[in-house]
Amino acid sequence: MGVPDMDEPSFTDSELDNHVKNALRAAIQGDNGFYNQLVAVIHHKERLVAEEVALLVTCLKAVTGAVSCINIVHHGTLLAAIFGMSLWNYGTDVMDALVELLVSLASSNGEYVDLCLEMLVVNFMPPSAPPAASYFVELLKQPRGLAKKTQVLDRVHSTLKDIANVVPLSPLRLEKIVRDRMPNIYTKEAFIVMYVENMLRLEGGAMGELVGSTILVSLVDRLIELDVEIAWDEILQDDFHKGMFDMELEDFEGHADHIEPDSNELTREALIQRFFCGNLVAEKLDSLMVLTFEHIKSCSESGRLVQVFEILLQSFQKTILTAYKAKFTQFVMFYACSLDPENCGKMFANVLVNIFVSGLNPEWRMSAVAYLASYLARAKFVPISFVAAMLDSVVNWCFLYCKNVDGDINPKSHKVFYAGCQATMYVLCFRMRQMIAVPRLKSQLLLMRIEDILGHPLKPLQVCLPSIVEEFLRLVKVNRVFSLPQSFPDYGLLESEHSRAFGGMERFDMFFPFDPCLLRKCDRYIRPNYVYWSMVRSTYDEDDGEGTSDEDVAEAYGGENGMSIPDDGSGRSYDEDNSDADEFDYSLDKMSITPRDSRFESRIHRFVQMPSKIRPSTSPESL
Amino acid sequence: MEALKESEADLVVYLHPSNAKCSNDAILSSLSSLLFTYSETFEGVVLAYDPNICSKLAKILPGIHPYFGVKLKARLLLFNPTPNMLLEGEVVKITPQSIHAVVLGFSSAFIADEDIWDDFKHKIKRGKEVYVSRSHKKHKIEVGTILRFAVKSFDEEILHISGSLVADHTGSSQWLDKNLNEWSQADSTTKKRKSGEGEAEKPEDGRLMMKRETSSPKNDKQAKKSKKRRKEHS
Repeated sequence: MGVPDMDEPSFTDSELDNHVKNALRAAIQGDNGFYNQLVAVIHHKERLVAEEVALLVTCLKAVTGAVSCINIVHHGTLLAAIFGMSLWNYGTDVMDALVELLVSLASSNGEYVDLCLEMLVVNFMPPSAPPAASYFVELLKQPRGLAKKTQVLDRVHSTLKDIANVVPLSPLRLEKIVRDRMPNIYTKEAFIVMYVENMLRLEGGAMGELVGSTILVSLVDRLIELDVEIAWDEILQDDFHKGMFDMELEDFEGHADHIEPDSNELTREALIQRFFCGNLVAEKLDSLMVLTFEHIKSCSESGRLVQVFEILLQSFQKTILTAYKAKFTQFVMFYACSLDPENCGKMFANVLVNIFVSGLNPEWRMSAVAYLASYLARAKFVPISFVAAMLDSVVNWCFLYCKNVDGDINPKSHKVFYAGCQATMYVLCFRMRQMIAVPRLKSQLLLMRIEDILGHPLKPLQVCLPSIVEEFLRLVKVNRVFSLPQSFPDYGLLESEHSRAFGGMERFDMFFPFDPCLLRKCDRYIRPNYVYWSMVRSTYDEDDGEGTSDEDVAEAYGGENGMSIPDDGSGRSYDEDNSDADEFDYSLDKMSITPRDSRFESRIHRFVQMPSKIRPSTSPESL
Repeated sequence: MEALKESEADLVVYLHPSNAKCSNDAILSSLSSLLFTYSETFEGVVLAYDPNICSKLAKILPGIHPYFGVKLKARLLLFNPTPNMLLEGEVVKITPQSIHAVVLGFSSAFIADEDIWDDFKHKIKRGKEVYVSRSHKKHKIEVGTILRFAVKSFDEEILHISGSLVADHTGSSQWLDKNLNEWSQADSTTKKRKSGEGEAEKPEDGRLMMKRETSSPKNDKQAKKSKKRRKEHS
């Protein structure tokens, strides 16, 4: 028997099925004639003309009918040919025939389920072998490429659903396969982005309840991997050694408020360009985080944000909180909280407080309180009463701790205590004015034992980061809230020996996780809900002259709709024009809490140290 | 259902020391890792468990990680289809070459056309595919029907059953029971199939099994018919 001749009157489907069945049975016996021809037809993929397409479709359909005769051992080459096909290489006819075959195979025999699922998952991305890869990357930028992508991916996902209908346990296998097949961080951006798109589509789809948590957890793992890969220190150190950095520092420092936008922008923009251009990893992370944000937003719109958030929160505690140099991944949590301040926002803060108060691992406790402080300071949507409540818990813990402790400064032994004190001061730097504007909260603030903990023999004022202490003391003096010692030895320094000691190797003394996000695309999602120091500081500046009005502070933190105007006067929109980037840089620059007249030595001192995490100081690191 | 059985098991669950505070949860999660997997020891797929912790004392194992072993008795629901057993499942897909059904909501069953009794003819009625018996026009198998079939083999890894409709007393359960002159309350055609969740079939399966024994002469006639050669499907 040979391949049905195309000129002869057509065979019926069942006859074709019979042909193939007989061929398969014959192949087991050793007679491979028709079987080999069949395999050859399936392998043929280059430049198919119409008749070849028709032949391929017919063969696939015939094999679908003969599925019960396929033997995994004897028909290995046929199966290899089938599973080696990529939907991206063919038109919709072949795609349809192929996916039907896959469903048939998966449902006929348990041995093929994994293979079919794997093939479908591999088809999340176009073929990545070198000649084809660049072709597809280019194609996807054109409209017909996007049409192709829709054709392929719609079929892939509907086939996964069909298989799940017939083989109910397949989602269990699928989640493992999706996790294992996830591209590593060195894959081209276009591919990894597409894979993650598909993962999130699965999470949001019918099988979401079954595979969702594995998918979200794997995604966060991958984000953190990318995050820690971003070479932060190298780039900054490089600039510093060139000396150019130093000059710009002066520009930022002395004349931060009097700079003409043009000259400054060039240098800062150039720095950011240099940072981002070579940094593929940062761009990948940026794109993936934007995908994640969009997905979270759609979850919020369909009402399942809380469930998704719980999974993200668990993942946060396991991987992000414990990661050594997490730079941007935590903004996923920030964004999710901003969409639902009542539930998610409070859940996040409560978890952090619990870890600080009753956790077991000291490093994680310090990390948690640093996250809490940065979050409460920067999240516009957190109501001030809640901030007060959280502060209360932290201060209370610190008070109970130091009540039972005698002795003098010892940064290493009491590092958790110092972390708590620093966190309190940091939050108050941002929120004090707001808090004392509300009488009830002002009295709550005064009832907290802040004077007791800060005035304790353990001397947290001398151990915590000097720049923060300084700013805090200045505010306290201006607002006449507490009575605390005013003289302070490390005036003008960003960090001190003591702060380094308590911060330890991980530099928890300079860990402010929610400092401005420097990933450009992500920043647009974060910005409306974010508090820049410049927004808060300007309200304090006016104290030097006239009194401030409470409205200024409200403006800084206000905007229930989340769209507040930062005080550099720009009416913000999400346009992709240059002014957006410029404002971005400009307002970063204003985010400083160091005093204006810093000495040169302290600057050198600062940058020789090269912290592992950006701090709320002059912008270059915060770039 | 024949393949279901309940057994009592004496188990020891070894827990990591970090679980000492919440040992109940740890035991339950350890037991749940057994679910939907075939176990040689128990000779079946564990579908459900009901633990009963006997004592509050546990033996600590010597070693680097001092795991402690908690003894408990558990009642387990096991699923173990063996060849020639009769099982029931809901049909989810029909093709000219096969019927696919789902048993107990988690196990997929596949019946190839060689194993479908020749009397059944594949037809397309009003856009839906259906198998109709030539001898009894009312005996239909379509998507949603509860199908009774014989087990040919069982793949323990993926929990996949290969079945056949050749034997006696196989086919649409509803029709088979009606045919025995007794009204079946299995409402199969409107049931929506759920994927991935283990849902038990209704307990009236037990009742149906008993009825099967009292088969009518009509069914015996089916057995006597010889296997015809497959005709062309139109």
